[in-house]
Amino acid sequence: MSPPILRPDLALIAAQVPTGARVLDVGCGDGTLMAALRDTKATDVRGLEIDPANVAAAMELGLAVVQGDADRDLADYPDDSFDIAILSQTLQTSHRPDRVIDQLLRIAPRAFVSFPNFAHWRVRLALMWNGRMPVTRLLPVAWYETPNIHHVTVSDFRDMLRDKGIRVEAAWYLSGDRPTSDAAASWRAEHAIFLISRT
Amino acid sequence: MATRLQPVQHNQIELNRPLALDSGAALARPTIAFEAYGPLNTARSNVILICHALTMDQYVASTHPVTGKPGWWSKVVRPGGVIDTDRYHVICANVIGSCLGSSGPASVDPATGKPFAMSFPVVTIGDMVRAQAMLLDQLGVERLHAVIGGSMGGMQALAWAAHYPNRVERALIIASAARHSAQNIAFHEVGRQAIMADPDWRGGDYYATGRVPVKGLSVARMAAHITYLSEAGLTEKFGRQLQDREVKTFGFDADFQIESYLRHQGISFVDRFDANSYLYITRAMDYFDLADPHGGRLADAFRHSPVRFGLVSFDSDWLYPTAESRRIVQALHGAGAQASFVELSSPFGHDAFLLDSPEMWRLIAGFIEAGL
Repeated sequence: MSPPILRPDLALIAAQVPTGARVLDVGCGDGTLMAALRDTKATDVRGLEIDPANVAAAMELGLAVVQGDADRDLADYPDDSFDIAILSQTLQTSHRPDRVIDQLLRIAPRAFVSFPNFAHWRVRLALMWNGRMPVTRLLPVAWYETPNIHHVTVSDFRDMLRDKGIRVEAAWYLSGDRPTSDAAASWRAEHAIFLISRT
Repeated sequence: MATRLQPVQHNQIELNRPLALDSGAALARPTIAFEAYGPLNTARSNVILICHALTMDQYVASTHPVTGKPGWWSKVVRPGGVIDTDRYHVICANVIGSCLGSSGPASVDPATGKPFAMSFPVVTIGDMVRAQAMLLDQLGVERLHAVIGGSMGGMQALAWAAHYPNRVERALIIASAARHSAQNIAFHEVGRQAIMADPDWRGGDYYATGRVPVKGLSVARMAAHITYLSEAGLTEKFGRQLQDREVKTFGFDADFQIESYLRHQGISFVDRFDANSYLYITRAMDYFDLADPHGGRLADAFRHSPVRFGLVSFDSDWLYPTAESRRIVQALHGAGAQASFVELSSPFGHDAFLLDSPEMWRLIAGFIEAGL
């Protein structure tokens, strides 16, 4: 079986996860990242996913995935039960992203968090010129049916981390699936990936 | 009307050791009836144990000798099937306390030469599993590739993982729970009281009378059957439709289709099940609480378990609701065990696990094959 092609943010996270780590993938979808981690990094990887069809697909891959809601069910995991928690493209869909972040760093000392940057220039232009909620490549759904209920920008996220006293170990920014610089991230990054840890 | 159960020959084995029971009692040389399907490989590493539910039996994939109906999971367990008997050696044993060939209240007590009836010791889910482990010992099977069960079968699968973690590679628990709830105990008590209120029950000592507590066991089955379905399922299937008539009779005949259906379920059950066995097995389920020996901490039942767990619930199952499966998942997280869980959507209530569910079938297949 050839390894599946990972979404760029997932490929970046997969490359950073140390071999043999205990990993919790929150919002793991159909388990693509989990399978990659299991097969290439020999990690003990578990998943939490809200959509039963995705859970079933992951279970069929032999992955340990539990159906649940990050807003509610992260509380079920004991403190420090993982080395790394991953929250990819899920933060903006949660009811209380701040509490989800708190839970991640309770369950694991370090966490990868990735999200679409709402301050990307295309988003800014859409609002500025059209006066309408943007529909872009990474935000492809109209406002009334999008699962993204908490749009967040790179600057917003940094502010929240600072307020919470959470350390940023590293950050990566993607524009059109290619890396972009830290300085220009606020408006050029379509996508941000943070590695955060407890202080 | 009052018929006795037909005597039927089952594939049986006599355990070569006494079975110590959780109650402190013991059964000297109990008999276990079982069915086996598919080839056993030379390493004896391809064994899947299927645990049956309350009123099911070992005939998981073969014709029931009394009813003549196909095995209760014959669509799942078959050559080339979800549980592929071309590749796996599938064993299903009749639980201790039942009436399809394993020792139970209808069995003859060697001490008296008469059926045990109510002198049969009360058994538990743990006892059922211990008896199965002894059966596997005698069959020369050390490890299970998988143990799978729905409802009471799921309780056994959980107990297997808790009591014999090194004999089980993976446990699949469908529509089940780690304890019986007050509501579940309540429904069982209604059933038991219905049996005991039947004059033909005679304190359980009916085997020589030529009569069985037909009414009591039927009513017990009718009440229980409602709990296996869902309101939406009942409404869809029966609604308020009348049975073979145009108008209500203003009497107490089975006017409604649902009444007729339940009466049929009750009466046909009596032909294949022993009333005393129903008392004993429902009691075993009521006593089930895996957290009890651990001061209520379910996680401690699975501490450092190497078993891979899979749990499935159905959204319309109000007898073993999703919350009970989630409670197990939470405990498995706490224990650091590997667990998967999914709630499937079905209108059919608790019975969904026995019905055609391609979604569940794919999950089972994936779970069995995972890591091979």
